[in-house]
Amino acid sequence: MLAFILRRILQSIAVLLAVGVVAFSLFRYVGDPINAMVGQDTTMEERAELRTKLGLNDPAPIQFLNFIGNAMQGKFGLSYRTSEPVGRLILERVPATLELSLCAAIFALFVGVPMGVYTGLYPRHWSSRLFQAVSLIGISLPTFLIGILLILVFAVWLRLLPSFGRGETVQIGWWTTNFLTWSGLKALILPSITLGLFQLTLLMRLVRSEMLEVMRTEYIKFARARGLTNRAIYFGHALKNTLVPVITVTGLQLGALIAFAIVTETVFAWPGVGQLFIQSVQFSDIPVMAAYLLLIGLLFVLINLTVDLLYFVVDPRLRSQGGAARVAGH
Amino acid sequence: MAPSDKISTNNPPLLEVKNLRVEFPTRRGTLLAVDDVSFDIAPGEVLGVVGESGAGKSLTGNAIIGLLEPPGRIAGGEIRLEGRRIDNLPYEEMRKIRGARIGAIFQDPLTSLNPLYSVGRQLVETIQTHLPLSAAAARTRALDLLKEVGIPGAESRIDHYPHQFSGGMRQRVVIALALCAGPRLIVADEPTTALDVSIQAQIIALLKRLCREHGTAVMLVTHDMGVIAETADRVAVMYAGRIAEIGPVRDVVKHAKHPYTKGLMGSIPSLGVRTERLTQIDGAMPRLTEIPTGCAFNPRCTERGQRCMVERPDLMVAGTSRAACWLHDRGGVGAPVLKETVDA
Repeated sequence: MLAFILRRILQSIAVLLAVGVVAFSLFRYVGDPINAMVGQDTTMEERAELRTKLGLNDPAPIQFLNFIGNAMQGKFGLSYRTSEPVGRLILERVPATLELSLCAAIFALFVGVPMGVYTGLYPRHWSSRLFQAVSLIGISLPTFLIGILLILVFAVWLRLLPSFGRGETVQIGWWTTNFLTWSGLKALILPSITLGLFQLTLLMRLVRSEMLEVMRTEYIKFARARGLTNRAIYFGHALKNTLVPVITVTGLQLGALIAFAIVTETVFAWPGVGQLFIQSVQFSDIPVMAAYLLLIGLLFVLINLTVDLLYFVVDPRLRSQGGAARVAGH
Repeated sequence: MAPSDKISTNNPPLLEVKNLRVEFPTRRGTLLAVDDVSFDIAPGEVLGVVGESGAGKSLTGNAIIGLLEPPGRIAGGEIRLEGRRIDNLPYEEMRKIRGARIGAIFQDPLTSLNPLYSVGRQLVETIQTHLPLSAAAARTRALDLLKEVGIPGAESRIDHYPHQFSGGMRQRVVIALALCAGPRLIVADEPTTALDVSIQAQIIALLKRLCREHGTAVMLVTHDMGVIAETADRVAVMYAGRIAEIGPVRDVVKHAKHPYTKGLMGSIPSLGVRTERLTQIDGAMPRLTEIPTGCAFNPRCTERGQRCMVERPDLMVAGTSRAACWLHDRGGVGAPVLKETVDA
């Protein structure tokens, strides 16, 4: 198992390096950064001097190593747009995005999984059919449309919830949180639902089909023959056997939630990294884009590593010798 | 009363199945998969139920433990356990009987156990569902059961997971699970079919010994006549959803009364007797949609008469057994029917 974890960590580093190459090539190939940094009246000599100072004359591999080295220390240079250090810029925005994604994920998990279990256990019940039909809407409507509809209903018509922003936040160290104020919590509701709805329907459909599958297995029939209560059969035996694919998808989707919070953040004017990224794209603010790319890559890799470790917790068959190879099978 | 019913006349039977009918509604009409099946099982008795696949033997077993898979349902008759009617109980009532009064063993030990829980946990869970024991007492009982079914090193094996056991060992665990709450009856559906031949004998011997020691009756469903001959006290031969013959195992094996049973016995190789070739029954069991009128076996029967083509025989006394065949009726089978398929 230790060998497996080490192998996974090495793979993760390889993935991050690949993401690093992409981020780095943004600097090389999306225009000349010097042009973006200096004014019209800068002389050619000054430009050349700046080029040397920034290390832009070094061979590409050296520049890449410098870029990676700096990135590991959290140095991503200055934003072309605001001239602030990119690291700080992102760090200021990260809590907003992470809190939003976390709430969306909790909403998707705690509503989607029970709905999946229910529709899997009673596939013919009218309410299951209703959930199925509604989930189709959830899966096919684009996020921005859902967001706008929610704003229309809850902010414009009912005037219950705010339509934009984070509300009041509380500062804890460098982290700003929504969780400690009433207006912060209220501001979280609509964006979280908007962001989590697609994941909710996905999870519901996944859990449903897995439950249908598991309920047909021999060990569920045998558990009934042993006279176990329905509760023990459904939640102890059936649900646990659906967990491996559910964990896989939840992990992947958690990454997707953070990465694709961009749309939701734009709709709700949510001051997160997604919104920062959109602004950076508009201004060709390459250092910010590169740093954002690396940050998302890092989060994806960390989440997947956690998911791989959770497999071992759930499935004893993987814990025994040679089990690691079988993870790929899932 | 036939002598074979002696056990049941002295003590009240443990299990009574009367005129059981199991049907499957399908788009093209309702199929009668178990048709008017009646039998008793006495306390401590081993009843073998034998037949080809599709004869309705597993469905009969599932109907008794109340786990017919929908849309299959009991359409008629009754099932009584210790005098109490159990075929029409609500799910929750029947759940308390399953595992506690009636244990079950299924065909495939590889898939009967939940792969994610240790065998100890599955045992303790079953024990605590039915018996008012503390976790520690339940674990002690689980350990005793594992020792009883012959798991070597039970103390360390109790915390192992199903995939760490071989097929034979897993079936022993399954037997331990069936015995958890001391049931009076075990319905064993093809308990050895999925196992190696060398392991089969061990498992059968174990099941036989445990049931004798605990006084547990067994309904042993199998298509393996050898297993029945070795284990059962009585045997019921099923064909196309009905019992063709039922009687003491020795008589049915040696002096089969129903032509189908004779054919079945003739198709088993025997070491003692030299035969040129094994007899075989021509044709195949009819589909449930195409059961012929009269005796369901008539297209394949070598001894059929006109009467067999029109009238369906019920079980009737035939020596020490009972057989559903007009050969054993005073009226006989009637005029012979021209053979078309029999010699083919």
